[in-house]
Parts: sequence; structure tokens; C-alpha cells
Amino acid sequence: MSGEHPTPSEAVLRVQRGDATESKLVEYRVPVEPGMVVLDAIHWIQAHRAPDLAVRWNCKAAKCGSCSAEVNGRPALMCKSRMDHFKPDAPIEVRPMKTFPIIKDLVTDVSWNYEVNKRIAPFQPRAGAEWRWKQSDVDRAQEFRKCIECFLCQDVCHVLRQHEMKHQFAGPRFFVRIAGLEMHPIDAGDRIGHLRDHAGLGLCNITKCCSDVCPEGIHITDNAIIPLKERVVDRHYDPLRWVWDRIRGVPAAGA
Amino acid sequence: MEKYETREHDVLVVGAGGAGLRAAIEASAQGASVGLVTKSLLGKAHTVMAEGGIAAALGHVDTQDGWETHFQDTMKGGSFLNHWRMAQIHAQEAPDRVRELEQWGALFDRTPDGRILQRAFGGHKWKRLAHVGDRTGLEMIRTLQDRGVHQGLEVYMECTLTKLFVVGGRIAGALGYWRESGRFVVFRAKSIVLATGGIGKSYSITSNSWEYTGDGQALAYEAGAELIDMEFVQFHPTGMVWPPGVQGILVTEGVRGEGGILRNSAGERFMWKYLPENRRHEYAESEDEARRWLEASVAGKQTDARRPPELSTRDNVARAIYTENREGRGTPHGGAFLDISYLPAERVKRKLPSMYHQFLELADVDITKQAMEVGPTTHYMMGGIRVDPDTAASNVPGLYAAGEAAAGLHGANRLGGNSLSDLLVFGRRAGAAAAAYATSITATLHIADDEIEAETRDLLAPFGRSGGESPFEVHRALQVLMQAQVGIFRTASDLEAAVEALAGLNARAARVAVEGSRLFNPGWHLVRDLRNMLMVSEAIARSAALRRESRGAHSRLDYPNLDPASSEFNTCIVREHGAMKLTTLPLAPMPADLKALFEAKSPVAQS
Ligand SMILES: Cc1cc2nc3c(=O)[nH]c(=O)nc-3n(C[C@H](O)[C@H](O)[C@H](O)COP(=O)(O)OP(=O)(O)OC[C@H]3O[C@@H](n4cnc5c(N)ncnc54)[C@H](O)[C@@H]3O)c2cc1C
Ligand code: SF4
Ligand code: SF4
Ligand code: FES
Repeated sequence: MSGEHPTPSEAVLRVQRGDATESKLVEYRVPVEPGMVVLDAIHWIQAHRAPDLAVRWNCKAAKCGSCSAEVNGRPALMCKSRMDHFKPDAPIEVRPMKTFPIIKDLVTDVSWNYEVNKRIAPFQPRAGAEWRWKQSDVDRAQEFRKCIECFLCQDVCHVLRQHEMKHQFAGPRFFVRIAGLEMHPIDAGDRIGHLRDHAGLGLCNITKCCSDVCPEGIHITDNAIIPLKERVVDRHYDPLRWVWDRIRGVPAAGA
Repeated sequence: MEKYETREHDVLVVGAGGAGLRAAIEASAQGASVGLVTKSLLGKAHTVMAEGGIAAALGHVDTQDGWETHFQDTMKGGSFLNHWRMAQIHAQEAPDRVRELEQWGALFDRTPDGRILQRAFGGHKWKRLAHVGDRTGLEMIRTLQDRGVHQGLEVYMECTLTKLFVVGGRIAGALGYWRESGRFVVFRAKSIVLATGGIGKSYSITSNSWEYTGDGQALAYEAGAELIDMEFVQFHPTGMVWPPGVQGILVTEGVRGEGGILRNSAGERFMWKYLPENRRHEYAESEDEARRWLEASVAGKQTDARRPPELSTRDNVARAIYTENREGRGTPHGGAFLDISYLPAERVKRKLPSMYHQFLELADVDITKQAMEVGPTTHYMMGGIRVDPDTAASNVPGLYAAGEAAAGLHGANRLGGNSLSDLLVFGRRAGAAAAAYATSITATLHIADDEIEAETRDLLAPFGRSGGESPFEVHRALQVLMQAQVGIFRTASDLEAAVEALAGLNARAARVAVEGSRLFNPGWHLVRDLRNMLMVSEAIARSAALRRESRGAHSRLDYPNLDPASSEFNTCIVREHGAMKLTTLPLAPMPADLKALFEAKSPVAQS
């Protein structure tokens, strides 16, 4: 994502200011130095123009997933959005994530995500398992564990964004999380019924928008969602598998 | 009087990084009702940024490793100012804590025979750091977060504590505000664990987040706790130096652990020159030996070749880079070149994926093809709240501390990887002790209304002021001051001037004004943080002036040598009649059996 334009000496930012009752775009002129990212510009505005401008951040290195926003309409981490990546003479528009209720300025209420997470069955090691496995056994699960919980995938997914189905759809972040648990070499937890009946996996129509915005480059749709869908299908609609499970005493999914 | 809500718990844990989460999990496992407070959202604490790994003498790659060597390395790295008992407990318990993390679901990188893989790091004699690529902290915090959530912890996110209440000499609770609304909340608790992390935001070049404003140290100090070794601030040798937008962002020591070579503008591998005489025998003596070490490392094999000079301790490497620059051999932007591009690109991307992306995306540098430009950045606080080694108890009954906010384990300089293990080992101990203390007490203490009112009035004062400065300006001035005068190299005159300048900044900070409402207002939040940073900065400058020698991370240009004759003590700061009182504490004498570990010649030295 190297700079596409020479570093300008100044940029114009249009930042959404306001709370749940009222908000508008406010324009700020900001001096630009090489390597600067949108988060730096927001910090400059805070320090020089608007000390009460609300924004979340921690690491400034794309590691904590706090500074999610919509920059020129695209869900992105502000600390990873280089100023020289944008057209030099057009204003850069910064808005909060749309899918979550606004608290103030660029800060949204993401607490719903934490509620979804609580309902996922935790890691449960198989009894008597040997704690030895090859790197190749964990490569796959490690991909999902790279998630920094920026919730950008949640922001972009139309099931949540347009259809507001938060009550019946966990969203891509949590399919990633479940995939990480399900593909752990010695996990014995069962989340397949939950995926179908509560997490709404079936509502995902694999548009891949979530994969497109993931700053960690996790192949959310191909590597997490599709394999999980296959597992749900195997479990629920494969009559042979169903009979076999009954013989082995596996409880019916969702029970 | 301002309205406030009240919450009550047996144990209140302040901080949801590795130390706080581990403490909360333990206290809760002991049956205590636990509240966990954090300034950020859950899972965003500093620990999430840790990259290189967690130190534990598992002996999976270098089978010779054992707790004794880890103990020795930690004490040597800390220039023997560490509390021996903390270093011992840490070295002995770290392997169990790592295995436990794995049993809670963490997925570490593997050795060819399927066990947890370990990598080399500065100051560690053997390959000792369990890791997950270069995102070990993320793995750790996510594992603990998920464990904690299912254990019934009550988590209070985006809540900042500003005061501890002590009644009759004992901890009674704390006051804080919700960032979102600016409303106040009083926590009544029988015991409190401070796990609030470090202080790096007092400096302008730092790898630390906005949260690192020394809150725990300042809260504890105001409650009557002792702070020790505050002069020891670690400057990590490798932060990004260019472009300016990214200055200070960390380049993990994992880069050197995986074979990264440091060169100056003349192309010289300068670290050979800077190895301390008494440690030289621990490092390779030629390019050839360093290469053999690396080849074995890449192949995951044991070797008798010694480690490359880049794996010297952080204080030493930071000073070396600084000196190369002072003598005119720095890079164009005042750093050193760190080169790993001579290794196969695939290996670099696999072992250091986030470094690869960080440089590509933020600096337009492909580290598989070009060298990185790096220089020292403020990174870690060795000093902090003085605690009992076994229980993590401070000198205030009911108050405990763990993680970066506590002191004693690392002495004058922390070895890389020793922080993540510190969090788990002492986080667990703090949680257990705080729960046991809470059980021994029948009820929470009553907090007087006027104490609560005084604090809320104080917090709201900047809203009423007109014409005051912005807190951002005072903060900037503080950062510039600390970087210039209480930084890597210190002198008596700089330190004296700094203490005086800090008094001026304190006066300015007392007059700052804020605008806007109480709703999520960063300017207002900074006012309180600033007070903590100023307190901690004064403690650093005063302790640094007292220590008239160069030891570990503390370098005095006017006292360039170690002074074993008169400097074997910990500095200690405590509040007396509202002012900072500075004393020294004798070191705890090490028992004979541990002492013997240092008298026996190391096998390498004999060969
Ligand atoms: C970039 C980077 C890389 C690193 N890599 C490594 C590594 O590879 N290995 C290693 O061992 N160490 C590493 N470290 C150091 C290590 O990450 C930290 O020392 C460690 O994570 C500190 O953990 P902690 O639990 O003490 O604090 P933190 O994880 O910082 O948590 C502090 C918590 O306290 C909360 N808090 C603070 N003040 C208040 C308040 N007033 N009220 C309420 N809550 C408050 C914060 O919100 C946060 O939740 C690295 C550090 C950085 C910055
Ligand atoms: S692939 Fe599924 S989860 Fe991802 S954005 Fe599309 S519908 Fe949402
Ligand atoms: S999966 Fe990717 S986009 Fe979604 S929360 Fe995690 S890191 Fe963010
Ligand atoms: S600030 Fe951490 S991801 Fe942007």
C-alpha cells in the first residue's frame, strides 16, 4: 500500500462530529509530514483544534484493532491509512463505523460484539489428549487467531449493516473465532448447532465483502465460513452421519 | 454533590492486560467476586502489542536450559538490582504458566517434534522465547480474555480509575469515570490489584499507547505505597525512525533473534565493539561463528556456536546505536541499519509477518530486500510499585500490584520476553493473594462522602476554567523535556533542570482548561492522565539524580561506570506530608545456594 501520491504539505479532512442525536461533517486543514496516517491527522486536530474530538486508538501499529472507521467510505484502520494514499486535492472524509450505534464523533458502541462472544462455547481440550502437534496442524487455526477484533468485517457485512440482524447473526468476526476453535487440534467443544440455530451462519451468502476489508488478511469467507458451512451441512443433513452419531452417542446438534 | 453509581466486589483488578486478566482469573477461581476495570475496550491493552515472545525455560530447543540459567540471565541483565526472590519464582514458574496458557487454548508455534517452539532473544543464553510468529501478545491476551469471560468476571470497559480510597490504613475502594458518559463510579472492594502497565507517554519517542500514563504508580503513590527503582526506564534499541509519522513504533527484538544484523552508515557490524568485557565470552567472536549459530537456529538444531553480538542486552544495544550516531556513523535519519534481507524472503515473512507488513505499509520498505532503519524508543518501565515477591502485596494493606506497574523482577534492565512471563507468574500470585486477603476481611470499609466529593470536584474543575492552556500543549512540553533531559544519557545538571522544569509544568497543568461536554472527551481525560505523568516523571528524574553511576538502562555521562562500592541499593520514593521523599533500600541478601550459581564458572567460559 505504498504512497500513490507525493506527500502534500497540507490536507483537508472532513470529520464526522456529533452524537446519537445530531452529527455533521466538520472540515479541518492539517499539515502533513511523510509517512503520516489518518490517525495522525485526527490527533493533530485533537491537539490543535478540537480537544474533545472522540476517537479510539491504542497501538498506532495496526495491532490492537481500536481505530476502525470509514475513510472515504471504506471501512479501514485509521492507523494504517496513509495520507499519501489519497488524492492530494480532495478532502478526506472520516466517519465512524455505520453498523454500530454512535457514541460520539468517531467512537461507536461495539459492546454487542462482546455479548456475541460470550455465547460461544469456550475451548475445551479432549480428555487425555497429547499436547503435541505439528506446525502444519495449526497453520490453519493460527490464521484465524490473527484477528485483532477491529470489527471492520462486522461493519461491512450487509446482513448486519443493511438488515440489522444482530439478534440472529453473529457476523464474520465470530465465524472466524469459531473456526479458530473448531480447527484447534485437540478441541472437543461442539459449536455446530450454535452456528446454525443461533449464530445464523445460513444467512451468510458468501459475498466476501468481509474478507475484502480484513486488515489482517484473513480469508474469512473461503477459509472460515465455507468450511463451517460444510460442517453444518454434514452434521445436519447427512443421514449416514446422523445415524453414525446416534450410534456413538453424540447428542443431536443444537440440543 | 455529583451523583455517582456504586459497585461492590471482593477484589477489584485495575487493568485488563496480561497481568490484570491473569490476576482476575485467579482471584475468581479462588471464589472471590471480581471486578475488572480497563481504560480501553477489553482485549486492546498493551499486552496485545507484544510481539517477540514469552520467556520460559522449557528447554524444548536448547535442552540445556533450566530455571537456574533463566534466573542467572535475569539477574545479570538487571545488573543485580533485581529482587533475587522474584527472579527465582519467575524462572521457576514461567514454564508452568506457558503450559497452562496452552491448555487454555493458546496455539504456539511448534518444534519439528511437535512441542512449543522457542526463539533467541537478547541477554538470554539459550533459545527461550515461546512465541506465535510475531504476535505473541495477541495470542496471550485473547486466550486470557476468553478464559476470563467464561469464568464470570465482571468487566468494566472504558472506565478510568482516578483515586484509591484508604480508610484506617487499609484499602477501601476506588473512584473512576466512564469515558463514554463522563459519569462517576465508586467501587467498594476489600482488596485491589493494580495492573495498569507503564509510563511511556511521558516521552516523545515511544512504542507505548495513550494508556501508558503511569496511572497505577501514581494512584499507589498517592495511597501511600512505595515506588522503587524509578530511574530505570528502558529504551528499546529498535524503534522505527523514518518516516516521521511512524517514529517510535517498535521493531521486535525477534528480528535480531531471527538473525537481524546491525550496521552503521559505513556498513560496519558495530555491535562487536560494544560487548561488555565481562560478557564477551558469551557471544560469537567472529562472523563465521555468528553464521554457524544462525544456521543451526534456522534448522532448529543445537550448536556450540555462540550467539551473535546483536543479541546483547537492550540497554547495551540502545547505547551503541546512540553512540554510533553521536560519532557520526548514523543513518540518514539518525538510527542504524537492521538487516535481515540476506535470509530467504519466505522465512522472513513466515517468522516475522507483522514486521514485514509494518515496514511495507507504513514505510515503503520491503524488509526481505532492504535493511530497516531503527533507533531507540521509550519502551518499558522497570521501576514501579514495591511488592512482596511471594504475594505481590504492596506496603498498603489490601493493595497488590503486578505486571509492568510493579517493580523488583527486572532490576536495572529487563530482558525481552521476561515481561509476558512476569505478567502470568505474578498476575496469578497477586490474584490469589488479593482473594485470600479479601476472604480474611468481613466487610468493605465505609468511604466518607466528603472524600468522594473532593475527588469529583477536582476532576470537574477544568470545565469551569476559562482562558487556561490546552492539556495537549502541557503534555507535549512534558514529552520534549523528558526525552531531552531524562532520556538515554543523563547528567546531574540536566536532571536538576528537569526537576525544576517539572515544577513549572505542574503549575501549568493545574490551570489547564477543557472545552466540550463530559461525553467521551479526550482533552478532559488527558488532564487527569497528565497529573499522573508529571508525578511519575518527577520520580524518574529525582531517582536518576540520586543514582550516581551507570547501570543497566540508567546511563550517566558524568558517572559513566558501574559503582558496586556504593550503589548496591534500590531507590525508593514515598509520599510524606504531600511531598516526594526519596530514600535508598539495601538489597535483600541472596541465599548461599543461589549465590553459588554465579560463582561457578559458566561452561562457555571454561571452554
Ligand atoms: C510494541 C511492544 C512489544 C512488546 N513485545 C514484548 C515481547 O515480545 N515480550 C515481552 O515479554 N514483552 C513485550 N512487551 C512488553 C509487554 O507487552 C508489556 O510490558 C506488558 O504487556 C504489560 O502488561 P500489563 O498487564 O502490565 O499491562 P497492560 O497490558 O498495558 O495493561 C494495562 C491495563 O491497565 C489499564 N489501565 C491503566 N490505567 C488505568 C486506570 N487508571 N484505570 C483503569 N484501567 C487502567 C489499561 O486500560 C490496560 O487494560 C512489548 C511492549 C510493546 C509496547
Ligand atoms: S461473506 Fe457472509 S459474513 Fe462475509 S460479508 Fe458476506 S454475508 Fe457477511
Ligand atoms: S476478522 Fe479481520 S476484519 Fe474481522 S474483526 Fe478480525 S481482524 Fe477485523
Ligand atoms: S491504533 Fe491499534 S489498530 Fe489502529
